[in-house]
Formats: sequence, C-alpha cells, structure tokens
Amino acid sequence: MIRYSLKRLLSLVLSLAIASVVIFAVIEVAPGDPASFMLGVNAQEDTLAALRAELGLDVSKAHRYLAWVTGMLSGDFGTSYTYRTPVAEMISDRLWVSLPLALFALALSTLIAFPAGIYAAARRGKAGDMAVMGATQLGVAIPNFWFAMMLVLIFAINLRWFGAGGFAGWDDGLWVGLHSLTLPAIALALPQAAILARVMRSALLDILGEDFMRTARAKGLSRRQALWRHGVRNAMIPVLTIIGLQFSFLLAGSIIIEQVFYLPGLGRLVFQAISSRDLIVVESVVMLLVFAVITVNFLVDLAYALVDPRLRSRT
Amino acid sequence: MSLLQIHNLSLSIHAFDVLKGVSLTIAPGEIVAVTGESGSGKSMTALAVMQLLPDSTRITGSITLDGVDLLTQSEGQMCAVRGAAVGMIFQEPMTALNPVKTIGDQVMETILIHKALPKDQALARTIEVLDRVGLPTDRFPLSRFPHELSGGQRQRVVIAMAIALRPKLLIADEPTTALDVTTQAQILDLLKGLAKEYGMGLLMITHDLAVVADMADQITVMRHGEVIETGATQRLLRDMQHPYTRMLFEASNHQVTLPTVQDQTPLLTVQNVVRDYRLPRTKLFATPGHHRAVDHVSFTLNQGERLGLVGESGCGKSTLTRAILGLEPVQSGQIQMQGQSVFTGHSPNLAVRRDMQVVFQDPFGSFNPRHRVDRLVTEPFHLLDTPPKGQERSDLIAETLLAVGLSASDATKYIHEFSGGQRQRIAIARALIIRPQLILFDEAVSALDVSVRAQILDLLVELCEAYNLTYLFISHDLSVVRTVTDRVLVMKSGQIVEQGETEQVFSNPQHPYTASLIAAAPQLPELHALQSEHS
Repeated sequence: MIRYSLKRLLSLVLSLAIASVVIFAVIEVAPGDPASFMLGVNAQEDTLAALRAELGLDVSKAHRYLAWVTGMLSGDFGTSYTYRTPVAEMISDRLWVSLPLALFALALSTLIAFPAGIYAAARRGKAGDMAVMGATQLGVAIPNFWFAMMLVLIFAINLRWFGAGGFAGWDDGLWVGLHSLTLPAIALALPQAAILARVMRSALLDILGEDFMRTARAKGLSRRQALWRHGVRNAMIPVLTIIGLQFSFLLAGSIIIEQVFYLPGLGRLVFQAISSRDLIVVESVVMLLVFAVITVNFLVDLAYALVDPRLRSRT
Repeated sequence: MSLLQIHNLSLSIHAFDVLKGVSLTIAPGEIVAVTGESGSGKSMTALAVMQLLPDSTRITGSITLDGVDLLTQSEGQMCAVRGAAVGMIFQEPMTALNPVKTIGDQVMETILIHKALPKDQALARTIEVLDRVGLPTDRFPLSRFPHELSGGQRQRVVIAMAIALRPKLLIADEPTTALDVTTQAQILDLLKGLAKEYGMGLLMITHDLAVVADMADQITVMRHGEVIETGATQRLLRDMQHPYTRMLFEASNHQVTLPTVQDQTPLLTVQNVVRDYRLPRTKLFATPGHHRAVDHVSFTLNQGERLGLVGESGCGKSTLTRAILGLEPVQSGQIQMQGQSVFTGHSPNLAVRRDMQVVFQDPFGSFNPRHRVDRLVTEPFHLLDTPPKGQERSDLIAETLLAVGLSASDATKYIHEFSGGQRQRIAIARALIIRPQLILFDEAVSALDVSVRAQILDLLVELCEAYNLTYLFISHDLSVVRTVTDRVLVMKSGQIVEQGETEQVFSNPQHPYTASLIAAAPQLPELHALQSEHS
C-alpha cells in the first residue's frame, strides 16, 4: 500500500511538471502582446518596451518559465497585467467561492446518486427502476443553466427562500455563505447526480451477475444484504472514477452557472483574463486547475487501493 | 427417513420447460450424484433446492428437507435455511469469492448472518473449519484475500463457508470441473471425508462420469430435464437399463484407432526453447525478476505424427503453444518448421504461419458473431499469396465443410445457429481449409459434452486418414490424449519431464510426476468387467 501510494505520488509530481511546461508553452505561443493590449494600438515603442521590462516580458522564455515556476512554489503567482494586483490574491478570493461550491455540488450529487443508483439496481426492470432511469434521463438531457433559471424562478422569485444571485461571503458565518451557494450547487449537482446514478446502477448490475453474489445468497444473505455487503464496494471503482472527473468539471466548468447566479468564481476570472490578454492570470488559474485535477486523480487512485486489495499488492 | 426428497419437480422459465417431473431422494450421510450433459437440468435441480432461481420461474411438485416443504417457505424462511441447513459449492472457485473481502470475513459471515454464535466463538469456528478444509491459519491467515490463493485453495474456502454451520445437506455443483486433476482428487477426498464425518447428505452435480463412479452411493442420470435412470452406483454400472446411460458411459471412455504413421521426416523442431516473462519490479531501481514459463524445452514432431502435450494449469503449455505459433519471441533456443524459423525479426514468419493452424478451446468465443460461416472458415486465406476466388473458393468451402461433417449449405449461416459441437467442427474446418502441415489443438475438446467429444475424436481420426494430419494436441485431459496421440510430452513447471510413446508413458510412467497425474485422474471402471462379473 505504501509503495503503491509513493508510486502514485511520483507520477503526480511528474504530471505537474509536464503540465506546467505545456501550459506555459501553449499560452506563450498564443497571439497577442499583453503590453500593446494594455497600452492600446497607438502606444510609443519605448513606452511598450518599458512596460514589457516592468512585466518581465523582455527576458528569454526559459527565464520566464523558471521565474514563473519558482514563484508559484513560493506562493508568488506574479502581478496581474490588467489589474496590477497580485495574482495569488485574486485567485484565492475566487477560490473561496469556487472550491466550496464544487465540494457542495459534489456532496449533493453523491448524496442523490448513491441511493438512487442502488435503489434502481435492486429493483431492476420494475417500476422504481423505470422511474429513476426516466428521471436521470431528464437530468442528463436538460442543460444546467436552464435548471438554474428554473430554480431562481421558483425558489428566489416566487418563494423568496434564497437570493437570486450574488455571494454573501463567509464573514457572516458558514451558514450564510452556504445559503447563498445552495441554488447554484443544486443546479450544478443535478445533471452530475443523474450521470453518477446511472453509473452506479450499471456498475451494480454488473456486480449482481457475478458468481460471488450467488455464493453470498447461498450463505443465507437476503438480496438486500448481499447487495449492500458484497455489491456496493465492488461497484465503487467505476463510480470513483466518475466522481473524480466530476469534481474537476465542477471546479473549472461552472462558468455558466457563475454567470447565471452572478458569483465571483474562478470560471469568470479565467473568462475575463482571457479577453484582456492577462496571460499571467490565465497561466496561473489553469495551472491551479491542473493541480486540482491531478491531485483529485491521486486521491481517487488511493481510494481505488482502499476499495480493492488486488491493487494494493500489485505495487 | 430421507433427508432430502424431491418429488415430481417441474420447472419452467418463460414457458420453456427446464425440469419435467424430477424425483430424487438423499439419506443423511449419503452421496448422490446427478449427472448428464449440458442442458440436462442438473444445475437447475440444485438451484431449485436452494430456491435461488430466476424471478420468472414457475415451479410445481415438492422439495422436502427434513420434513419441511421448501417450496412453501417464504423468502425470509429460505434465507434461514440457506447456509445453515443447506450449504452449496459452485464450479468456478476463481470467481465464487468476493475479491475485496478477506477469506476470514467471508467464512465468518456465514456464521454471523445466521446469528448462530457470538462473535468470539464465530472466530474460533472460522479458524476451526478453515483448518478442517486444509487451510490452517498459521500458513493461511484469515487476513488473506482471495487473489492471494490458488484455485484449489479458493475452492477450499468456498467449502469452509458452506460447511461452517454443519449443514445437513451439502450441494456441490461441478466442484472440481475447473481444477487440475491432482487438486480435483484432493477436493473430492475432502468432500467425501466431510460427508462421512458430519453425516451430511451430499448432492453432487457433475458431468464427469469417472468422478461419479468413484465416489457416489447413488447415481441419477438426467437428460433434457428428465431423470432417465437412477440407482445405487454399483448396480447401475453393472446393469444400465437406459440406452442413453449406456451411451454416456461409452462416450466418456471413447477409444479411437489412429491410422499408422509411415513418414519419419521431422516437421517441427523445438530446440532448447526458453520463454521468460518479466515480473513487476519489487524495488524502484532494482532489475525486475523473471518468471521462466518455458525452461529449455526440446522436442521434434515428425510428418504425420500426432503428438500430445499434457500438464496442469500454469505448467507453460499455453506459452509454448504461443511460441510455436510465432505469436511471441523466445529468449533463447530455436523453433523451426521444415528448417525455417517461426518468428523472424519482430513478427511471425508468414511463410511458416500458413503451414500452421490452431483450434482453440472455446467454441463460443472464437468466432466473430457478425460473419457468416463462409467468411469465418476462409479467414486463413489472408496468409496465402493467391487466395482462391469465385467458384474455386466456394468449392473449397463446400469440400472442407463436408470433410468436417457439415453440409455445404451451412456456409451461409451465422455462428449462433450452431451447437457447441458443430462450432468446433467449423473451427476445425477453418484450420483445415488451407491444408496446413500442422494443426495445434489447444484444449480443443475440453469444453464439449462427452457424446459430442466422442464425435469430434472420431472426426479427427477420419481427417487423419483423409489428409494425413500432423497435430500437436494440448490438453489436461489424460484419457483423451491417451487415445488420439502417438507420442506424448509431459510438462511440469516449464520443463518436459517425460516423453515417449503414448501407450508406454501411460502404462509405465517413468517420472514420479507423470505417475501422480495418472493416479489422480479419476478412472471409469471397466464396464465389461463389471458386467461379466455380474452375469
């Protein structure tokens, strides 16, 4: 198990190193000079040169890459070209919205999907299964921004249980912050829950056909006991894979939902930074997201090993 | 007083009659074997006793265990019966255990689910039964996972789970079919011992008549969901009433006479072949270890000769087969077909490959279900420089299908329209169609029912006469190898431990391993001897 974890950790570090090179290269080759963008088309050549020097754009690419990486390792992400504020500060402000939102949505999605998927698998082909499958079909098909607008219409405008948008911040306590993230989290979670429930159901159905489930029944376990004791844990491998993918998506891909609910999240930051050629912000946010995705994959790998002893001994 | 009484049991699934009026009794301590070919309903009979049938099953008749009719019991009451009063063992030990739970937990679960004992005593009982089935905890700790055990050891765990609460009835559904002969002999001994020691009734489902004759008190023969014949083992063997029973026994001991070989020119020479597999690294920077699957193997196969290769699973016979087919490189040594290497550079030598064809074990998995038979059997044509076309092609397909006992009109059918035996004929046709010098039969009759197997063996003899076949027959089934080969190689841990004329090796084995293999294989009694002794 320790060797397995160390191997995964090594691959995590290598992936991050490779990702940083790729991100830097891709963004550097993208057209558009930040200095001329900031100063406008009529800027003097010497003013441009001065600004480039100030932004650190006048040294070689290798130098800039090293400066960027070593800076990030010490928590210095550089200064935004457009806002002239430290990127680290900008990102951490946004992260305090996006990360709780992603975790909240993921928790909701898991809480809905697990019971729904297990329930459907246990009643395969019966009315309950059909109902769950129908609902998940809708969940997968309907776009989440439409869900978001319906939620606003019902719970914010008609019932007035929640605000229609904006983020209250964490200063007034956990509850106030969570409350303002509830509708966006639900809107994000429902389509993900629908996918996850379907994965859970099909993984369980595969397991239900396994020989060891028949052995369990021959020991005297009821269908329900066999499903819970022997089925669910064996069905976790595909389910964990999907959860890992969903978390990455929720963290970075919630830009439309952030727009609908007017949330100051990472998605909007990237969007704004790209449109204003604020390369340093784009690079840093993308790197952060890559870091999050790779870390989540690492955690998923560890979870695999906890679930399945065969992976532990394979080193 | 009988322990289990099945009376007039009929069972249908979706209007398909699976069992028709089956009756059977088992007394305490008695071993009753139910035998028959696939589709005879023997496994369904066992599952009916457990009431572990598919949802859409309709069932009539009665199954009485110790005076209680199981068919009238609710699902909750049946849960209390399963595992406590009746234990069950299945065919596939590799998949019968939950891969993510320890063997200790899985055995103990039987005891705890029935709340038979408090937890500490349940642990003591778990250790005791695992010890009884030959897995003492000092060598096989309870914390082992199934993947850390061999097939035979896993089957012992399954048996421990089934007998943990000393059930009155133990049902064993093909318990040794997936195991090697020496392991099979040990497991059968264990089951016999347990039945005797605990006074358990044992309902043994098996297709293997040699196993049946060896250990059962009573034999019930089934076909198409009906009981054909039933009786005490010795009496039934001596005096079979039903022609089907007689056919079954004759087919399982089917003997063929091969035409004699004239030629003595070598066709395939295997010299000092070594095949290593890399093992995963144990330390980050250590050089990885190797597993030597084939260890300095040498033999020669002459033109027209029928050579057997026997050995238990993991002995390297499949690896050797792949190496001969040129599918994998070897680390040292030479495999040559008429002086040409089978593997050149990084790929099989096609010039040699067209002279070699193979027939695999699984008649169901080795065909593309979306192609018709004419396309399936002509697959080897891609090895030829000028494959036959048009009329020539259809004539060749028709001729080959006729040669394997099918008809020319079968060419336009799909594979699902054929039975297992017919599919194996198509597989042979596919191998035969380009008239290869050598055919490899890799467990080619192992998955077939005895009567079908007998027909395929007869077909082999016919083909030997018509086409002067040379083949390498790889099998774990000693009785088949004995009758269809001239010479035999015995393989163990990657090495050939003995080789010689088949009859000589079997009647007078020189290597102790060969002797133990032959001794472990269950033998059908000589029926003629039994019958003449009777008359």
